Amino acid sequence: MTPKATALAALFTAGTLLLSACTSDSDASQGGSGGTLTFAVGSDAGCVDPQQVGSNDTIYSVRQLVDSLTDQDPQTGKIVPWLAEKWDVSPDSTTFTFHLRKGVTFSDGTPLTAQVVKDNFEAVPNLGALAVLAQGYLAGVKDITAVDAQTVKIAFAQPNAQFLQATATHSLGILSDASVKKTPEQRCSDGVVGSGPFVLAKYVPNQSITLTKRTGYDWGSSLWKKDGEAYLDTVVFKIVPESGVRTGSLQSGQVDAIGAVGKADEAALKAAGVQLITRANPGVVFQLGLNNSRPVLKDLKVRQAILAAVDRQQIVDTVYPSGTQPATSILSHTTPGYTKQPALAYDPAKAKSLLDAAGWRAGSDGIRVKNGARLTLHVTWFANAATNQPALELVQQQLKAVGIDVTLKQAQIAQIVQIQKGGNFDALWGNVTRADPDILRTQFSTKLLNAYRIPEGPLQTVLAQQAAAADPAKRRPLVDQAQKLIVDNAYVVPVVELETELGVASKVQDLNFEASSRIQLHDTRLR
Amino acid sequence: MRRYLLKRFAQAIGVLWAAYTLSFVILDLLPGDPVSAMAGAGSDQAPIDPEQIARLQHQYGFDQPVPLQYLDYLGHALRGDFGTSVSTGRPVTDLLAEALPSTLALTGSGLLLGTLVGGSLAMVATWTRLRWLRQFLLSLPPLAVSMPIFWIGLMLVEVFSFQLELLPAFGNDGLRGLVLPAVALSIPVGAIVAQILAKSLLTALDQPYVETARAKGAGRVRIHLRHALRNASLPALTIVGVLAGQAMANSVVIETVFSRNGLGRVTAAAVTVQDLPLVQGVVVFGSLVFVTANLLVDLIYPLLDPRIVVAS
Repeated sequence: MTPKATALAALFTAGTLLLSACTSDSDASQGGSGGTLTFAVGSDAGCVDPQQVGSNDTIYSVRQLVDSLTDQDPQTGKIVPWLAEKWDVSPDSTTFTFHLRKGVTFSDGTPLTAQVVKDNFEAVPNLGALAVLAQGYLAGVKDITAVDAQTVKIAFAQPNAQFLQATATHSLGILSDASVKKTPEQRCSDGVVGSGPFVLAKYVPNQSITLTKRTGYDWGSSLWKKDGEAYLDTVVFKIVPESGVRTGSLQSGQVDAIGAVGKADEAALKAAGVQLITRANPGVVFQLGLNNSRPVLKDLKVRQAILAAVDRQQIVDTVYPSGTQPATSILSHTTPGYTKQPALAYDPAKAKSLLDAAGWRAGSDGIRVKNGARLTLHVTWFANAATNQPALELVQQQLKAVGIDVTLKQAQIAQIVQIQKGGNFDALWGNVTRADPDILRTQFSTKLLNAYRIPEGPLQTVLAQQAAAADPAKRRPLVDQAQKLIVDNAYVVPVVELETELGVASKVQDLNFEASSRIQLHDTRLR
Repeated sequence: MRRYLLKRFAQAIGVLWAAYTLSFVILDLLPGDPVSAMAGAGSDQAPIDPEQIARLQHQYGFDQPVPLQYLDYLGHALRGDFGTSVSTGRPVTDLLAEALPSTLALTGSGLLLGTLVGGSLAMVATWTRLRWLRQFLLSLPPLAVSMPIFWIGLMLVEVFSFQLELLPAFGNDGLRGLVLPAVALSIPVGAIVAQILAKSLLTALDQPYVETARAKGAGRVRIHLRHALRNASLPALTIVGVLAGQAMANSVVIETVFSRNGLGRVTAAAVTVQDLPLVQGVVVFGSLVFVTANLLVDLIYPLLDPRIVVAS
């Protein structure tokens, strides 16, 4: 090297060192008995009001701010006391009376009363487009009465058995009187005051949501292991949109937990000693929602052929995170009332003979033809999960093997309402998370949106009856029957359960899923 | 001089209006509408009540005829009111005011760093008499230009944050958080500045006036800095105005990779849910930055070369 080049190289090296020197007072380690949990999620809904948000990444944090009237056991699906000590449901499932626990206060010091609950629920219909979940749960409400300070009565126009489970969700978490009085926009940006085990300390849009422990908290759900206050002092949710950065941050110890782990990152995280925590989301599984009004799909044999031609296990093994289960009913196995449906078996031979019987004969290129028309299916999907496209490309190959031509059509999520309403699709790919089997009525009742154009039939009676059955023992067989009718008639084609997978550092204990496969941090602690 | 300035200002306003109108048309051509986008934007498809959607569309004015919506937005925008963001319910100007400082810090430092490094590289490469060094230095910009910005960002995070643990991988917190994103953003800027400046420096060094200066006994350093650079900096300066726009665009990617809040993140989110008022606000602010940068360039021109004002 010439002297000049050496000097230049030295200058460059010195510059680099200087740059790193002024920036290397790196991460301070956490101290204190409670400690801080840092959790990286991919997105920010732009709103920190639990009654309004529907995106998992934000539910994780805002769920910790509010308590619900009831809680739901993730193992059994049973509804148990939380803010309500007990409740009565009228025999026709139209009226729900909750008896509230005494001594509960919001973090602004105001007490929980029947009037506050009434005001909370009455404000829900006026919330914006973000609050579709809460609005759906309260649809058809006729009258809400504060019977006395600790008793609130909610009456519906129609039988509505799902409402009890709805009171266990974050969407109907109870806010303080002052928060209810704010505009929906103020609630989104300034945050809300709840009675939960954590309090919102700071919200920086697109950056972070910081929670601190509510001191003196003493009215936890009956499902929680620890009495009283939470273990953690602080929880910081960092918004980190790039999944590679989330994974690297967890591996390098910059964060303690991450949401939405993909199959591709599993191996690296496992190698770094990270715990991978998984649970199937309850509700309607990922499915090909067939448009039953299309001439081709009106034929039961064709629909059943599609059902039999999909190799669910292959899709699970190829595309989805480990632990994901193939669909064994229209409901995922973590949904209360789920029963396995034997009709959901991969049987390409059966698919072919059904199509033969329906008059569809293999053409020159292997695609079946009937009266000069090819057996073609347009599957519409949205880019709201990274697994959608690879899963559907496999479905495409599998259906081609029995002579069905599938074209995939990506649509914008902004079109979803028009597509569902307009019916301009052969099949629609999607799922819905809900820990109550009434989601079947929401999706398949001809009295509601009926996006899949299901004809009138015995299913409708069963769906209406289960919505009116207050007694779980009477409701259960009706829910069984509804699942059987949907699968046997192949109104839609269930494919795979949605699995929520979190990556959690080994020092974190008891970061648990609740019944809707979101998280509960009251019992969580750091080793 | 006054005519020159007026003309430049009129052009700037024309660019702003065109950007505003174009973004409106593009968003209008996209299928779907903001209310449905928000209702469906969760992790899965929540059951949606069409009547509820229709009520909200009416509330936000999306059921109005498109030309009327355009005039309404434009009228308000002229008065500095960009309306309310549909997805967050907050005034657009508030959201932009929150995001802008962070983006300006990022793009500003990226441009500055890129111009300094790229400029120095061009200077050293054209000044040195070492053939191998010149060739090595001149081969760097094409290499840098061909690297995708998100890849540059991810590599910087991987090396300096995950491996060496020197700098944070994400966040807006202070100067430490700014280093990696600014370096990432400066690489394409520096590459282009270096290429343009090196080329025009080499051209300038061949000009007769350089010969004259040399004959009069001026030293190499003086010729390089005083004579050649002054003439060669015009094309490079022009390109810096354009690079400011490119840096704004790259900030969408960089802010996502480094999890920074800013105009880029706001834009990405707003486009995803078709938050029309917010997108319009972002476009106007982005164009404003771009137009201002170019206007500054135009104003510096006459200082470097007085002939420009006379010619216009």
